[in-house]
Amino acid sequence: MTTDRTSVLQRILPWRLPRNPEPYWNPYVAGVGLGLVLLASFVIMGRGLGATGAFSATIAAGVNQVAPEHAHSSEYYIKYVGDGTANPLKDWLVFEILGVIVGGFLSGVLAGRVKKSIEKGPNISVRGRMIYAFFGGLTMGFGAKLARGCTSGQALTGGALMSVGSWVFILAVFASAYVVAYFVRKEWT
Amino acid sequence: MDMNAPFFDFGLFGEGTSFIVAFFVGIGFGFFLERAGFGSARKLAAQFYFTDLTVFKVMFTAVVTALLGLFWLSWIGFLDLSRVNLLPSYPLPQAVGGLIFGIGFVAGGYCPGTACVASSTGKLDGFVHLLGMTTGILLFGEVFPYLINFYDSTALGEVTLGDAIGVPSNIMVFVIVVFAVLGFVAAGRIEDRSAKKLTGEP
Repeated sequence: MTTDRTSVLQRILPWRLPRNPEPYWNPYVAGVGLGLVLLASFVIMGRGLGATGAFSATIAAGVNQVAPEHAHSSEYYIKYVGDGTANPLKDWLVFEILGVIVGGFLSGVLAGRVKKSIEKGPNISVRGRMIYAFFGGLTMGFGAKLARGCTSGQALTGGALMSVGSWVFILAVFASAYVVAYFVRKEWT
Repeated sequence: MDMNAPFFDFGLFGEGTSFIVAFFVGIGFGFFLERAGFGSARKLAAQFYFTDLTVFKVMFTAVVTALLGLFWLSWIGFLDLSRVNLLPSYPLPQAVGGLIFGIGFVAGGYCPGTACVASSTGKLDGFVHLLGMTTGILLFGEVFPYLINFYDSTALGEVTLGDAIGVPSNIMVFVIVVFAVLGFVAAGRIEDRSAKKLTGEP
């Protein structure tokens, strides 16, 4: 899969794409880049970045398709579906997250890092890792909704705006992850 | 200088264009996340075992960069900060949400944005993480009626750290930058120590 994609791109690109994964950028260089993207979003749009919101809008659109009455009677979904005149998928964050997927892929391809693989430590089975990934994702989705945002919408965006709730969120995430890390060490170490 | 940012707020372009902007902002966001190594759950999780503190370094460099940029652009009168969306604070549900989120971060290995980058660079666990996340958001939507009182508790409105502590925002910016730089120095030392432990050096 990887080689096919790379070779298609390779045919149209005037320079050679790397065959082996290149090292990641210096974290401070990548951090400044990320910060400038965030700043550009503030300056152009008056809003920051996000990720969870795009999924919330997509899910609300799905629920609205499958069970429109349920969506319109829910205090939660009504925020997304409104009076039913606008498509919940016509949302700024939905377009932004499509860009994230494309941007991540471009960076990966240009550095020879797009590869079908599973990220895990040496002491856990593939099945075990997948179970952790699913339930970790589930827990995270729930927590992000309760906190009104995730690492993008709260930590980066609210952090740069010095919002009280966002800094509370940042500290809580790190505190909890450091404690839980001990209990899931088999997954990574 | 004439104040004319945020551009969207000053009516320089419409909603349709804003979606194109969203797509390109997203490309930049995804690109730098992948460049930093955040398409890899092992690299992200290493933050919580003190072996690789890239998450901390990248996150706080980004926050400080944007923070200083906002501060300077508003100081020279280019950006009207009062027109930049500040999310209202609800410290109690946000603290509990953050604690729950942290469990998912280290168990799942990604955060929502990095799970997208992982998926688009071929990591199957990243995609499974996204499926779990979708389920979690759906679950939240269904139990929301029981949570609404807690969800809306401790409503402080749009409040910044400077407002809460009672110091001017320029001093708060300075304090955050100082803490970030101290954090970067400490992060380097912690990584050195972990590396020595792994290789068995004294």
